[in-house]
Amino acid sequence: MATLFWVMTCGGALIWAGTVAVLLYAVRRRTLYSEPAASRLIFWAGAVFPAITLILLLGYALWLMPSLRPLAQPGAPTLRIEVTGRQYWWRVIYRQPGTPPVVSANEIRLPVGERVEFTLKSDDVIHSFWIPALGGKMDMIPGRENRLSLRATKPGTFRGPCTEFCGTSHALMAFSAVAMEPAEFRQWLAGQHVPSAGATGTGARLFIRHGCGACHAVAGTEATGMLGPDLSHLGSRETLGAGILPNSQDNIARFIAEPDVIKPGVQMPGFDMLPPDDIEAIASWLKGLK
Amino acid sequence: MVWRFLPPQVESLWTLFTAPVVWAIHFLICYVGAAVFCAKPGLFDVDFGAVRAGIAFATLLALSAILLAGILAWRQWGFGAGDPPHDDPTRHDRGLFQGFATLLLAGLSFIAVIMTALPALFVTGCLR
Ligand code: HEC
Ligand SMILES: [Cu+2]
Repeated sequence: MATLFWVMTCGGALIWAGTVAVLLYAVRRRTLYSEPAASRLIFWAGAVFPAITLILLLGYALWLMPSLRPLAQPGAPTLRIEVTGRQYWWRVIYRQPGTPPVVSANEIRLPVGERVEFTLKSDDVIHSFWIPALGGKMDMIPGRENRLSLRATKPGTFRGPCTEFCGTSHALMAFSAVAMEPAEFRQWLAGQHVPSAGATGTGARLFIRHGCGACHAVAGTEATGMLGPDLSHLGSRETLGAGILPNSQDNIARFIAEPDVIKPGVQMPGFDMLPPDDIEAIASWLKGLK
Repeated sequence: MVWRFLPPQVESLWTLFTAPVVWAIHFLICYVGAAVFCAKPGLFDVDFGAVRAGIAFATLLALSAILLAGILAWRQWGFGAGDPPHDDPTRHDRGLFQGFATLLLAGLSFIAVIMTALPALFVTGCLR
């Protein structure tokens, strides 16, 4: 990418300098050239040269393409992350050959230095997936699977906003991408395969009793809903509500009570009619799901 | 002179569009062909190499056709004997003008056909 930038900048600068030099020469020169000579200049410098330059540039860009967008590469990437846009959150599924998929939401983790292939989908309207720090954006279109290949080169947490207007809370739809050292990443992913240690208990019972399980799944409990984000390891995510609030117990409680105040148009009903103690208990239990 | 072997001159406005039409057909062959091949894996019993070879063949054919159209246009333009703009209200000037315009379009189409075919040089398979 950096090479491409320098090639384009230097090439453009050379052509610009050449054009300006010819312009200055034309302004200074007193005598006129013959008309055929001028025609020749226009033909070679105005038609042949740009045509050849453009063909060379196109060839160069196409030659770069396989490394930017690996198409039918034999060594297919081992890690595939499927991200589905929903109003107004993201379902994230990690797929690796030989192991069951890991379902998560609103946060994407990737190993530094490895190419990861994203499969981008949408369940309702058009969304757009973009992690500016890592690469270009790509739309998520209902009924289509778009593919994007990204490689994080240094560890860190990068923000990814939804970049296609998708409804009232479009501006409140984001996620964080956490690039981790590969060993650390593998360890984290292995942890996601098993239910959180705190998945049982009073919180779990209340969660089921109040019907949250119809929309949310929590591994290790009866909750298997798919309409809302998977909450199996909610406690270990950095943000809440698709990248808009810090993930604290208070914020979880607030989100349960009045999601529509936090995110207008949200697809989750408010539960402010529940006894505050129950909300607190559920929030504390969810925060404990690491 | 070789020019004697060229077909006799056709006096019609339609020859103006020969090269762009070849370009359009070549474009459709390349893109529709590759798209159908990749979308219907079972339909053809060949690999992607054959698609690239087909595109190469279609490209050679298209370039030759455009080249021929260009040579005919050059003749119509009197092999560049006079200079544009050829804007006298005479039959003669009209012919020269059309020849020149056809020649320019042939040049444009020639480059466009090359650019259309260029991806096939680097793309080695379908995204599946
Ligand atoms: C009708 C389906 C539905 C029900 C019932 C439901 N939710 Fe939700 N919930 C959602 C949806 C959809 C979202 C995503 C909202 C968004 O960010 O746009 C969500 C988001 C959340 C979040 C934030 C998740 C995250 O990844 O940040 C929490 C926490 C949550 N719900 C808890 C609950 C609890 C607790 C209950 C039961 C009291 C419950 N939900 C009931 C649909 C539901
Ligand atoms: Cu969106």
